[in-house]
Amino acid sequence: MPVQYGPILEEVKCVRERAGIFDLGHMGRVRLFGPDRVRFLDAVTTNYVARIPDGAIRYSLFCAPDGYPIDDLLVYVDPDYLRLVINASNIEADLAFLREHSDGYDVTIEDRTDRTTMIAIQGPEAVAILQGACGSDLSEIGYYRFGRSTVCSIPDTLLSRTGYTGEDGFEIYLRTEDAEDVWNALLELGGPCGLQPIGLGARDTLRLEAGMALYGHEISPEHHALEAGLQFAVSFAEEKGDWVGRDALMALGEAGTRTLVGVTAEGKRPPRMGYPVLADGIPVGEVRSGSVSPTLETNIGTAYVETTHADPGTELTMDIRGKTAPLLVHPLPFYSRKRKPKKS
Amino acid sequence: MRPDDRNYLPSHEWVKIEEQTATIGITDFAVDELCSGNEGDLVYCDLPELGRVVDAGETFGEIESVKAVSDLNSPVSGEVVEVNSEIEDHLEILSDDPWDRGWLIRVKLSQEKMSELLDVLAYEALIAEKE
Repeated sequence: MPVQYGPILEEVKCVRERAGIFDLGHMGRVRLFGPDRVRFLDAVTTNYVARIPDGAIRYSLFCAPDGYPIDDLLVYVDPDYLRLVINASNIEADLAFLREHSDGYDVTIEDRTDRTTMIAIQGPEAVAILQGACGSDLSEIGYYRFGRSTVCSIPDTLLSRTGYTGEDGFEIYLRTEDAEDVWNALLELGGPCGLQPIGLGARDTLRLEAGMALYGHEISPEHHALEAGLQFAVSFAEEKGDWVGRDALMALGEAGTRTLVGVTAEGKRPPRMGYPVLADGIPVGEVRSGSVSPTLETNIGTAYVETTHADPGTELTMDIRGKTAPLLVHPLPFYSRKRKPKKS
Repeated sequence: MRPDDRNYLPSHEWVKIEEQTATIGITDFAVDELCSGNEGDLVYCDLPELGRVVDAGETFGEIESVKAVSDLNSPVSGEVVEVNSEIEDHLEILSDDPWDRGWLIRVKLSQEKMSELLDVLAYEALIAEKE
């Protein structure tokens, strides 16, 4: 996936106003088979896998024994297996982690990254464009659900109503050899609606506007799920049983003195990863992500700050290599799409 | 072929020395790396105050695009005697004309040594390796 196909800010607008298509071949794709797969995944991940219905998808994390994340992922519950979508940069670490903890479970871990690929189509026009290439009614696949349809005459293609942009749309799972034809067919079909290919640069801005965490930024070996505001993906339910990092993460959550916040910067310069954040000249945190936001028409970012400085509207500053610029704490997410009313 | 009336740094600054004054800018390659040909992606350029003394190899400013921040490195030592203040509000000049209108600062040379400079052929060879 290239950083950009055209101007990054135009690509962001294209997805917010029309639709964009993303080449996500780099993402890791793993399947878990075997009778113990659910019990196994519940023992190595934060979300409560046994409670996910067939056909549904949940966000979850792998944690190290110290409670800090190794990666974040999506879990798809298929009747016959579990599908995991993991970050490209963590594929090896994730597979090693899964294998290390698989002793005693009747489970098979299959890395399918190389023989499959993934295309996302996102934006207000995305579903209508994709519907034109599909044999079945996409409105039957709800948000964070998946289904199968003929796509561009490829039968039984997996489609999930997920994405990393804050817009409606789908992620399409394909055999590597089919990807180029589907990519080209969708671009042709979506051309009249303004569909364009979107790069990694715009993808980062889109996910930041939508308040979605990125591994290495909002979560990392030094930034855990609870201070990142990801409680929704962490289950301490007793019935789930113990899982790697559970007690450590619970203790981290109880001892926490900092939290992730959104920030806006009205000056010319966007926040950038690593800039110190100060309150009245005293360090209180650090910027973790930043971008020019064409949707909000200002510069935005995320930062970890002491909880005493985390209320929306709090005035802070950032130190840009020796120069001070103002920051304002802003609620996350920065952007939520207006959802269409559900069809009755 | 890039202009042969000046010298270059591997970090993509150019310097044109006329008598005791050095004019410094950045190359088309640097601009393209920052904004991939989309001039709207440049967001900020920070240039020094007049009178600031810079050493060869020292950072005299920063340029920032939607994607990243880059240091501006001085190829020479001396005092900043002129700053192209038009650039700070019109970053598109750097895309349109990095060689002439897009100059950044002028430095009155001191007797201090300069960075090791590349001539245009050496710089072209360096770029050819990257492309």
